[in-house]
Amino acid sequence: MAKLHVSTTINGEPQEFLCDADQSLLDVLRGPLGLTGSKEGCGSGDCGACTVTVNGRIVCSCLMLAAEAEGQQIGTIEGMAEGDHLHPLQQKFLEMAALQCGICTPGVLMAAKALLERNPDPTEHEVRFWLAGNLCRCTGYDKIIRAVMETAADMRGAAR
Amino acid sequence: MSTQDSNPANDNKWIGQRTIRPDGADKVTGRAAYAADTTMPGMIWGKVLRSPHPHARIRSIDTSKAEKLPGVKAVVTAKDIVDFPLDKSVMLGIQDMRWMCRNVMAREKALFAGHPVAAVAATSEKIAAEACALIKVDYEILPFVIDVEEAMKPDAPILHDFIKFDGKPSNIAGRLEHKLGDVEAGFAKADVVVERSFRTKPVHQGYIEPHACLVSVTADGKATIWSSSQGQFMVRAMCAYLTGVPQNDIRAIPAEIGGGFGGKTIIYLEPLALMLAKKSGRPVKMVMTRTEVFHASGPTSGSYSKVKIGATKDGRIVAAQGTYCLQAGALPGSPIRGAAGCSFSPYDIPNVLSVGYDVVSNRSKVAAYRAPGAPIGAYAVECVMDEVAEALKMDPLQFRLKNAAKQGTKAAHGPVYPRIGFVETIEQAIAHPHYKAPVAKGKNGLLYGRGVASGFWFNAGGESSAQVNIAEDGTVVVITGHPDIGGSRASTANITAELLGIDYRKVSVLIGDTSVIGFSNLTGGSRVTYASAMVVTQSTERVIGQLKERAAKIWKIDPDAVVWENGEARPAGDNAGKFEPLTLAQLAAQASATGGPIGAGQQLNTTGAEGGFATHICDVEVDTGLGIVRVLRYTSFQDVGRAIHPSYVEGQMQGGVAQGIGWALSEEYIYDKNGKLDNPSFLDYRMPVSSDLPMLDSVIIEVPNPKHPQGVRGVGEVPLVPPLAAVSNAVYNALGRRFYSLPMSPPKVLAALSTAQAAE
Repeated sequence: MAKLHVSTTINGEPQEFLCDADQSLLDVLRGPLGLTGSKEGCGSGDCGACTVTVNGRIVCSCLMLAAEAEGQQIGTIEGMAEGDHLHPLQQKFLEMAALQCGICTPGVLMAAKALLERNPDPTEHEVRFWLAGNLCRCTGYDKIIRAVMETAADMRGAAR
Repeated sequence: MSTQDSNPANDNKWIGQRTIRPDGADKVTGRAAYAADTTMPGMIWGKVLRSPHPHARIRSIDTSKAEKLPGVKAVVTAKDIVDFPLDKSVMLGIQDMRWMCRNVMAREKALFAGHPVAAVAATSEKIAAEACALIKVDYEILPFVIDVEEAMKPDAPILHDFIKFDGKPSNIAGRLEHKLGDVEAGFAKADVVVERSFRTKPVHQGYIEPHACLVSVTADGKATIWSSSQGQFMVRAMCAYLTGVPQNDIRAIPAEIGGGFGGKTIIYLEPLALMLAKKSGRPVKMVMTRTEVFHASGPTSGSYSKVKIGATKDGRIVAAQGTYCLQAGALPGSPIRGAAGCSFSPYDIPNVLSVGYDVVSNRSKVAAYRAPGAPIGAYAVECVMDEVAEALKMDPLQFRLKNAAKQGTKAAHGPVYPRIGFVETIEQAIAHPHYKAPVAKGKNGLLYGRGVASGFWFNAGGESSAQVNIAEDGTVVVITGHPDIGGSRASTANITAELLGIDYRKVSVLIGDTSVIGFSNLTGGSRVTYASAMVVTQSTERVIGQLKERAAKIWKIDPDAVVWENGEARPAGDNAGKFEPLTLAQLAAQASATGGPIGAGQQLNTTGAEGGFATHICDVEVDTGLGIVRVLRYTSFQDVGRAIHPSYVEGQMQGGVAQGIGWALSEEYIYDKNGKLDNPSFLDYRMPVSSDLPMLDSVIIEVPNPKHPQGVRGVGEVPLVPPLAAVSNAVYNALGRRFYSLPMSPPKVLAALSTAQAAE
């Protein structure tokens, strides 16, 4: 079967690729595009390690067909820092040790960033339910939740 | 997250600081390379064909059609893996190669649904999967048994003819006993005796990264393995045993590891990929699906336990007896040492009999899971402790305090304790605001309760190697040999910087592959920070010795007249002469002229890792309408000896608690009537998500281990030991009725509540 040609935007850069009709976006990101920061933990949309943004909305890239990226704006963990300048969430995760093994971290960060873009002042309850689609087996979530809330507070302070 | 520091002189600059981990930036930007992130030119894909039957004799395997499929480059079966005859044990660490060779590829029989029977390498994953479907396996289907109690019955289907118990073929593959005093005489003195039985389900370690590897073999037989494991040296040795390639021809490169919790202390894919790569002449990548991880990689045992504790009216435990029957899965090796050896160890009990049975059954072979076996034993013991305390009308923490093991106590599992910090964990729990806060009053079908429990883990030393090298600009590179699973690089940087008296950011910490650093045992058993701190300390001390010699040479004085302080060599006193101090950078710049490169390594089989203890407090809410148990507040108190990096110590404590809450409330392997796992996905195997949990407060207690240069004891295992009972005791406190099996999942809680209602 012939490959499909897809034109899309990834982390602000125009990108073209060929894919099979049944290939997931995650497969294409990790394979031909070499963007291995998105992880495959389950392949069934249950763990969130492959979380990317599509036009600003968080999506499990393992559940999205690569062909569906046509004309969309895709954001991945590789686009979160600006050059050598980490996003405040990334910096806070380091300072507060909100990661251990790090395999869930890219997905958690992508989801948390999308949350703060929508809700700059989330309650703990809101952070916990927003991140409920991102499994972490190492941390018990405590430091992740604290880091997201502290980042939100910092960013609100900076915006003032 | 309070930190109590009982160290008298704490003027450390970096030890105990919450520094930024050396591998952090890579891990928050997606650059860190885990096993599945590595590729090679010419790489092809391997896939495993797995048995659909829980128990079947393999009459024949026909791979001819698969081999002819275009794109298929190699097929392997058990014939390609070194056979270890059943009558002779060959041990590698705690693993018996007789079982490992049969676990990575079925030989005589398929022993569980999901057991590998063949593997294929092809130019794409799709073709490899198609080829697997073309392999014809002729199975003779045999009766199977999953449950541990069923497997111990005299008429149970027997998995292995060569396993005999009491002279007869049996599924009981081993028995372990710890005995102290005379339990019968002890129980005769007791005023209160409580005996109960408990059951737990198999639970999976639940690491988010599936097993993965990439293996390349050159035409002259040299293999390179990139894989995610808890020990690259384990990968090298096991692959050498199972493929016949000498260890010097295997270079095992540790990829970043996406969680292990014990589950990556053995191999599954690596020897298959190695043989596929060897046969095909192409690099082979293999990645498990999540379904495969659940079906075929090691959960921990399901269990049946019976525990009896007797105490006198004044609250002294006089005798304790425990029997722990653990599912090993298809091949022997369940963690009975942890179950039988840890469960009574927090207490000073004169008469103890603790027995473990290792029982095979038709499910995947268990792998280590955080304090292997100890949570299962502690679940039974700590629930009975709760009942005895209640019968004695004693506060459960005061009851534990009264019986707590301390320095000089003879533990049931053997040793006489040196200075330990168990009492401190209970005292701090009693004094903590959490324990003093009132438990909420139940209303509108919501009931509230509080439970406590304690736990013990041996901790571990073992072999470790380190190399400390000074670069020409005075910065430092440290190489150790254990995969960093949760921040151990950060601890290494803190220690090295402290000893050298330099900023921790001037220390880079790398994990060496098997060809660049000396042998280092697994990352596991709570040993890494303990053991690596010892070799890193000794290596750094040697480097400091060299630096002093170099300064002495420059100053033309005796090396003994030089001291190392705050990152500088100084004359020891006025008698030594008057010289301007020489910094590490200055000495490094002159290294070539003063004797050559500065650096040192150390390799040790470390000992002296003393036991770790914890006490936990848990508050729950039980929704009697929905059967849902929610943990509302949780505080853990643990003696860690010394927290080299408090954040990652707390992280270990919090992570272990979360896993324990999952084990207690929602996680379980569910088998269908055909002996096949019914819930092999994260949707149906329900691990805690962030909305299930509260903040997990962790109180670090530091009673330094006198046998360690920094006082470290080990952290990672103990946090998973108390939660099963802490949650169970809290649920009992809320409902006034006790569950004797886990998980306390909503259907089970609802069913129990409706039975109770019917009885009323």
